[in-house]
Amino acid sequence: MSARPAFAGTTVIAGIGHTEYSKDSGRSELQLAAEAARAAIADAGLTPADVDGLVTFTQDANDELLLMRALGIPEVRFLSRTPNGGAGAYGTIQHAAAAVAAGAAETVLVYRAFNERSGRRFGQPNQRVTPPGWNWYLPFGLDTPAKTYALAFQRYMHRYGLTNEDFGRYSVVARRHAATNPDAWFFGRPITLAEHQESRWIVEPILRLLDCCQESDGGVALIVTRSERAHDLPHPGVTIAAASVDHLVEGSVMHNYYHHDLAEFPEAAALGRRLYDQAGLTAADVDAAMLYENFSPVVFLQLEAFGFCGPGEARDFIADGHIDLDGSLPVNTHGGLLGEAYIHGVNNVLEAVRQLRGTAANQLADPERILVAGGSSGLILEAVR
Amino acid sequence: MTDEIRVIPPAHDPDDVWFWEGVREGRLLLQACADCGVVRHPPLPMCGACHSTDWTTRESAGVGTVHSWIVSVPPGAPSGPGRIVVLVDLADGVRFVANLVDTPVTTVANGMAVRLEFRDCGGTVLPQFVPADPTADGGVA
Ligand SMILES: [Zn+2]
Repeated sequence: MSARPAFAGTTVIAGIGHTEYSKDSGRSELQLAAEAARAAIADAGLTPADVDGLVTFTQDANDELLLMRALGIPEVRFLSRTPNGGAGAYGTIQHAAAAVAAGAAETVLVYRAFNERSGRRFGQPNQRVTPPGWNWYLPFGLDTPAKTYALAFQRYMHRYGLTNEDFGRYSVVARRHAATNPDAWFFGRPITLAEHQESRWIVEPILRLLDCCQESDGGVALIVTRSERAHDLPHPGVTIAAASVDHLVEGSVMHNYYHHDLAEFPEAAALGRRLYDQAGLTAADVDAAMLYENFSPVVFLQLEAFGFCGPGEARDFIADGHIDLDGSLPVNTHGGLLGEAYIHGVNNVLEAVRQLRGTAANQLADPERILVAGGSSGLILEAVR
Repeated sequence: MTDEIRVIPPAHDPDDVWFWEGVREGRLLLQACADCGVVRHPPLPMCGACHSTDWTTRESAGVGTVHSWIVSVPPGAPSGPGRIVVLVDLADGVRFVANLVDTPVTTVANGMAVRLEFRDCGGTVLPQFVPADPTADGGVA
């Protein structure tokens, strides 16, 4: 327990908010951020004057000071941004919780909002090299995220003998969960494995269209504060039992090609150890998981790295129904980034909060602890009973 | 087939300009620490092992094995010629992204031995790999 940071167990997520998830929001990213933030502040039973810190992604286009004006936040005393896009998504919560525990702020608003479908689409091919570092990849044809990640996924498939159909079994689960979540873009639209197998190849024979996350417009926000403070608020909050960002030397977010064995995800394994240490838990104590999946194979790699199953066992773990709503470890109960929306993984935190409050569309039976992770950043959230 | 390929040319980057000069001379240069000798790729301005900023280059022997591979279909032309992108475990001790050419897709396999050649790819000379043993199953197309 010596590894327990001051914020672990003493801070909570007290409020959540989001806009609708769409393919064309019809309004600015700043408006999406403001609407999501307004909803999160209200959900927490607070006013904008209570917010004294702001955290978002380095990639977020929404200026903190403009958002302050839009919300009428009179003064803040803590600002921070976290790197690495979706892989670093949960670093925002760590920053907010650490600031609160250290007294640098009392109530931190975390936000992420973009028009990722109607505006700049991350999945579109790169047209030119942007130094530093991309000369090693783009001239050789690694011009999309799908190709870039698939080059590593191929090694995992080779090592354990998986086919794309195995990945499809995850997509079917994600879409089934989304189909009964009214917030999900794919609400009411489940898929069969046959439909997955009929979707077009993106990188043959590794990724089909239905292995890829959505492109979405939308905004999400949440409020982090001290556990003691939350006693006076309408929701008891969910406790931040652990939060960490873990990277290893020779690692890379996009081009993670230089570790010895590409059939493993050593950053996620390190993250898992760190989170379990902080929370004083093991994988067996986790009731559900929200796992970032820009592409379906990332769920397989994370299930193994976090110790929910052994190396190479994710295929059977998923096929045997363990990640279903009635399984031993329900995963992405809202539909994940494939089924609900791609709000850079922060929407996954909102689903964990709903599950722990007991207000999710696909509500599990009294989950107490949920792991939320995106490979190299993650959280363990706990219900307050 | 290579003349149909549209290649995004490398951009100027002060930390790898020497590499592309080597490519133009037909040599695959790798960076090695001048003090402790560690070979590193991708290159960096400092040695993580000994903190030296002095480095030298070492010409790769140009042989290795395929660690993993994909087919990169060109954007907007899904039926166009794909490029085989390979991660090559070089005998020099580092892993390197390049392309495998003169090889039918059906014969590409992890672990296959490959050797370096320089090719003009749509106007850009790039280090490429071919099967090390062209008489082996799947040899030159
Ligand atoms: Zn050195």
